[in-house]
Amino acid sequence: MMTDAATTPATAARKAWMGLLAKASPQRLQELWAAYDVDPAFTWLRPPEIGGVMVRGRMGGTGAPFNLGEMTVTRCALSLEDGTVGHGYVQGRDKVHAETAAKIDALMQGEAADAIEAAVLTPLRTEDSQARMDRAAKAAATKVDFFTLARGED
Amino acid sequence: MYVAVKGGERAIDNAHAWLAEERRGDTSVAELSTDQIREQLSLAVNRVMAEGSLYDPDLAALAIKQSRGDLIEAIFLIRAYRTTLPRFGASLPVETADMACDRRISATFKDVPGGQVLGPTFDYTHRLLDFKLAADGEVAPAATSEPRTEPTPHVTGFLGQDGLIQDETPSDETPRDITREPMSYPADRATRLQNLTRGDEGFILSLAYSTQRGYARNHAFVGELRIGKVAVEMEIPELGFAIEIGEMELTECETVNQFAGSKTEPPQFTRGYGLVMGQTERKAIAMALVDRALRWKELGEDFLGAAAQDEEFVLSHSDNIQATGFLEHIKLPHYVDFQAELELVRKLRAEAEQNVATKEAAE
Repeated sequence: MMTDAATTPATAARKAWMGLLAKASPQRLQELWAAYDVDPAFTWLRPPEIGGVMVRGRMGGTGAPFNLGEMTVTRCALSLEDGTVGHGYVQGRDKVHAETAAKIDALMQGEAADAIEAAVLTPLRTEDSQARMDRAAKAAATKVDFFTLARGED
Repeated sequence: MYVAVKGGERAIDNAHAWLAEERRGDTSVAELSTDQIREQLSLAVNRVMAEGSLYDPDLAALAIKQSRGDLIEAIFLIRAYRTTLPRFGASLPVETADMACDRRISATFKDVPGGQVLGPTFDYTHRLLDFKLAADGEVAPAATSEPRTEPTPHVTGFLGQDGLIQDETPSDETPRDITREPMSYPADRATRLQNLTRGDEGFILSLAYSTQRGYARNHAFVGELRIGKVAVEMEIPELGFAIEIGEMELTECETVNQFAGSKTEPPQFTRGYGLVMGQTERKAIAMALVDRALRWKELGEDFLGAAAQDEEFVLSHSDNIQATGFLEHIKLPHYVDFQAELELVRKLRAEAEQNVATKEAAE
């Protein structure tokens, strides 16, 4: 059930960066964040906690949902001194990963957005799409090219 | 009556210390890191995640190390850890049609749109031991070509367009969760699929094999097998919209089974479905075959008395943690139980001897 908010451009952008941060390698994110070298003051609204999310599939890929099993997720929420709230929802059990994601989520809603986009998000996005392309290129090399041998009586 | 007995504590502590030492093995051999297990024993990691029912490769690698490679013990560790996690919610159903496929094959249509992509498969290897692996770990880089950009639609979709295969009815019904509610019978298909996807690979494989050999005959074609990554999205209440919270590698198998029709259904192909965490294709194919066999009732087929059709038999014996827990508990002390049995046998023997003696005296 998507709310109307999900369709606005601002929401679409936020969905995109939160998804990117959730899937990022914690080590790589930390490197880029450390290089950006800004650590905003904040207060916890919800300190990082590790939990599970039940992942669902659909019967036959398109039918009714069923429970496939859980995945580990770490989440937190914080607020910057100006009151901006940032949420971190990241895959795995790394609390620092969730904290950094929440800080970036908060900062991305303010004036630092362009700088963080350039210093952190763009490199993550580029590397992620490069990694995907590398895998897709290896898969493509294993695609079967069928050919039919000439057959017949003559 | 239970009688408390003490005295095992020191022996148990020492046994565990020795276990730790044996786990480490010869210390002149380098210790295995969990990173090495995750990267180089990834199919074992996948099995532990699938049957442990928790997607976390680092934890699965740790469990494999801790269990000395006993995968059922590793699955036990993951299941135990899983119960300690607060549940944040449930994801939206994953869209396997959008999977970034490493592998995608169809045994039914040669020229399927998107193509036959073999991926990193053991198929077509000669199953000869490769002694080079014992010598060094150098590998040549894999070949690459232009990445495919065309969509990779589900094969069953083509049959569906002509009405030749039974439709899946989309719904947003919340499925029952066997980690929250105990199994009860009859079980709906969502419950069966959750049970099968975390069930023991060996058990599901053998049941699937039994259907191929004629017990609940359902000749299955692999309409499609695909392996790759999908995004996992969840509605976040505090945000009011859904975000991607991660991604997971999945194996999906759709079987196409011939079906002559029944009192309730026209002649058409029917489906079996397998979806399993990680690269786990043997399990996914087996799951699809067992799913199809268990659907006999809803398709109006006859019960042929086959084990794979008997949902209570299948679902209550598929879980290797339940099975091993019950199996292995019988090795633990049963001294008092056994004393009672011993007393009973002695008494019966004494009675039997008494009867013989009385009978002889009478003659």
